[in-house]
Amino acid sequence: MGRITLDKVTKSFGEAEVIPPLDLTIEDGEFAVFVGPSGCGKSTLLRLIAGLEDVSSGQIRIDGQDATETPPAKRGLAMVFQSYALYPHMSVRKNIAFPLRMAKLDQAEIDRRVTGAADVLNLTDYLDRRPGQLSGGQRQRVAIGRAIVREPAAFLFDEPLSNLDAALRVGMRLEISELHKRLQTTMIYVTHDQVEAMTMADKIVVLRAGHIEQVGSPLELYRTPRNLFVAGFIGSPRMNFIEGETAARHDAHTIGVRPEHIAVSQTEGEWSGVVGVSEHLGSDTFFHIHDTGLAETITVRADGEVGFRHGDRIRLSPRTDAIHRFDKQGLRIG
Amino acid sequence: MATQHSRSAARLMMAPAVVLLLAWMLVPLTMTLWFSFKQYLPLRGGDLGWVGFENYVRFVTSSAFWPSVQATLIIVGGVLAITVVFGVLLAMLLDQPFWGQGIVRILVIAPFFVMPTVSALVWKNMFMDPVNGLFAHLWRAFGADPVSWLSEASLFSIVLIVSWQWLPFATLILLTAIQSLDSEQLEAAEMDGAPSLSRFWHIILPHLSRAITVVILIQTIFLLSIFAEIFVTTQGSFGTRTLTYLIFQRVLESQNVGLGSAGGVYAIILANIVAIFLMRIVGKNLDA
Repeated sequence: MGRITLDKVTKSFGEAEVIPPLDLTIEDGEFAVFVGPSGCGKSTLLRLIAGLEDVSSGQIRIDGQDATETPPAKRGLAMVFQSYALYPHMSVRKNIAFPLRMAKLDQAEIDRRVTGAADVLNLTDYLDRRPGQLSGGQRQRVAIGRAIVREPAAFLFDEPLSNLDAALRVGMRLEISELHKRLQTTMIYVTHDQVEAMTMADKIVVLRAGHIEQVGSPLELYRTPRNLFVAGFIGSPRMNFIEGETAARHDAHTIGVRPEHIAVSQTEGEWSGVVGVSEHLGSDTFFHIHDTGLAETITVRADGEVGFRHGDRIRLSPRTDAIHRFDKQGLRIG
Repeated sequence: MATQHSRSAARLMMAPAVVLLLAWMLVPLTMTLWFSFKQYLPLRGGDLGWVGFENYVRFVTSSAFWPSVQATLIIVGGVLAITVVFGVLLAMLLDQPFWGQGIVRILVIAPFFVMPTVSALVWKNMFMDPVNGLFAHLWRAFGADPVSWLSEASLFSIVLIVSWQWLPFATLILLTAIQSLDSEQLEAAEMDGAPSLSRFWHIILPHLSRAITVVILIQTIFLLSIFAEIFVTTQGSFGTRTLTYLIFQRVLESQNVGLGSAGGVYAIILANIVAIFLMRIVGKNLDA
């Protein structure tokens, strides 16, 4: 069980209010991702849930029980840190066994659980090594191992993949998702990387300056971003925003069109512009279009084989059903 | 960038320092070795010729030798124990954020800058004096008889004085070591259910182990040669005659330069054994 409820939780460091009153519920078994730019309070929020920081006011409930004043060890949550925070002087086995030793379990049970975790995470061959002798990905797995042996009510991940190289990050992303499918335990995952958020989450919580901007499934956020911030944050490359006359024609202050919802053509299209930088990814090509008279640059996605060159004048046509409209306050219309 | 030219220029420029250092080291060392094989009594006939290893044998077989080894070990061991234990505690205390941190840290380090002779005299006259010392007043305030520290608890007194001098050094090194501990490790241990005492035993102390080893070895080298503190307090009486002090007495009080030199050579060997361990550990530290 691991249903976590935050009720009007706030956090201030001295004068500075990092988290204004905030309500949030994470259902049992859910994979929730806190995402936002750096300094948005997402790590602080995670640390509040973990109990590593005290809340300034409000209540945190775990499975309905008030856990606001409960010390971290008693909350039944396990955390994976950004730096992994492995104990460098202990072998992998001892690292994983540490929480069990602290819980004073008997040795046979400790061995059973450590072996089980090592099995799940492919660490069996490394059990007697020190963390210093492991690669980044292996250390990450040890940190996860140390979390799963405790059989916690929920896992907390604090940007766990940010120290890994790109290829390994994709691999670990899958492994963590896989682990979640298998364990069916609540997981809360903090990241600034919207790709991680989109690919892993059941529920994304977009944060800015301690405020929750929107909560929803990845596709909800992609299809119906509630405001300009979410619209710009979710999706890569980011949504094109167009103001002025063009927006006014759609009865909006700002309209947004995602790069993948604009078709390019040599001859036909509503808008026209000059090709600037093109980024070839193989499967796709992203063109940065200038001189459209709409915004400084418009990014569009085209098929990988489309071969416009720098300086070509081309025409663009946005998919009319995929235009997002926002009012003066940046809130979604319709 | 290390061309032939720049390398020879570098050698030339380092040469004066190296030559000076070698002379400074080698001349006294050679002289000590030289005298250690001679019967040399400046006031009783001067240089009486070569005697082989007789000085070495006489030094270790004299009745004063083993007690002096014992006194040395007690002082070194006592000071090490006090400075390491209190050094760790003080370092953890100073690592906490508090008001006036900068000034307190400077104050803690201050005793290290006081000359050994001065600090020993201050302790002897202001604290441990059985008539006017602060301790005597304190004892009398509680109606107890003042203790004549330097004669009744002579070894303990010297350990106390020397510990006071070396505690800042240990604290400083251990403080920097504690500051290099990743705070996420402590938080992870907290989440893992380790209470603060367990965190100290399982996380902080192992993290400090290398720093503690370095403190122990560096201090051992210096503590083996403490002299001023004994010279200005007990003059080697009441069982405070250490190996260093015995050598001093052999040379200056008995005027037996050969015998003292042989003792000096033993001391050099002992210090070098410690130094080798120190170099290996510090070297390993740099590799990691």
